[in-house]
Amino acid sequence: MTRYEALHSILRRLPERDLALFTTGMISREAFDIRDRPENFYMIGSMGLLTSLGLGLALQAPTRTVWVIEGDGSALMSLGTVPLIAAYRPANLIHVVLDNEAYESTGGQPTISGTVDLAALAQAAGYTLVRRVNDERDLDAALDEALARRALMFLLAKVSGRADDGLGRVSLTPEALTERFSQALRQAASANHNAAAEPVSPC
Amino acid sequence: MRTAHEFWEILKRQQMTFFSGVPCSLLESIINVALADPHLTYIPAVREDVALGIASAAHLVGRRGGILLQNSGLGNVVNPLTSFNLIYRIPVLMVVSWRGYEGKDAPEHLIMGEKTPHLLRTLDIPYTILEAAALEDQLAWAIATMEQKQTPVAVIVRKAIIA
Repeated sequence: MTRYEALHSILRRLPERDLALFTTGMISREAFDIRDRPENFYMIGSMGLLTSLGLGLALQAPTRTVWVIEGDGSALMSLGTVPLIAAYRPANLIHVVLDNEAYESTGGQPTISGTVDLAALAQAAGYTLVRRVNDERDLDAALDEALARRALMFLLAKVSGRADDGLGRVSLTPEALTERFSQALRQAASANHNAAAEPVSPC
Repeated sequence: MRTAHEFWEILKRQQMTFFSGVPCSLLESIINVALADPHLTYIPAVREDVALGIASAAHLVGRRGGILLQNSGLGNVVNPLTSFNLIYRIPVLMVVSWRGYEGKDAPEHLIMGEKTPHLLRTLDIPYTILEAAALEDQLAWAIATMEQKQTPVAVIVRKAIIA
């Protein structure tokens, strides 16, 4: 399964209201190419920061499901955020790592994820559900489970393949992405005003 | 000297209730009051950049977020500030303690103590050094600047200003 195919499976199944955050590099560019939508947020820089933004969002938008979709390089850069997320255990957060064991956006240099089991780390940290998939069939089954159960999930998808040479960049400016995404959140918030106004309660 | 309760009452009146951070002894009472107040959220982050990521989400949901950190942690937020908050225009209130102020502190704090205002200026982060007598006005300025310029703003806390 290539990363593009994995992203395609995820984006095809994303419910309309679900928020999806994508990490810097090829993952944002491919997601933008496959299915751009106002509920998508592309973090074009700040490698490793996506999971903490996702945690803050999941805690403050408890009526929305937040998908954090990053690569192995990004996950390894901010491993400390994994137990922090597990400690708060937001049931509306799905943490996907598309693991190609490489820093592909910078030329394919190896990461250490070939010898480190990121899923086992998430399990040890205390994620409610941890799934590890190698092909599209298992990915689809794990996505079904993520959509059916409301529980903090870590989904490690082993992927291969290189990005298409003609792959474009995210064409919206960072400022426009902020505006579009917060607008998408506000529209839903007004439809569900009471729930959105509730204070955050950890755990 | 002002109390941490006064500090938080001012921020609560401005609807600033969502914070994350990494502790500093100069921020001890500020953090302890936040942890004890059911109207305030304080997420204990594992690093300062993680705190910034968490707090930045507040702006996306139409609220105001803040972080608490020691000035030694400014180094950990340089990249997220420059490649995230400043270009995405996501304001966050940064409450930064000032270890190494006037060169009187442990050795590990002296260089960043001297560089702290320069670093904020270099990054174009508006900042103010809190004075006990002007706390209300300075926090109001910080929040107004966040809103007007859509940028992170720092308030610097020296020893014996808030306890």
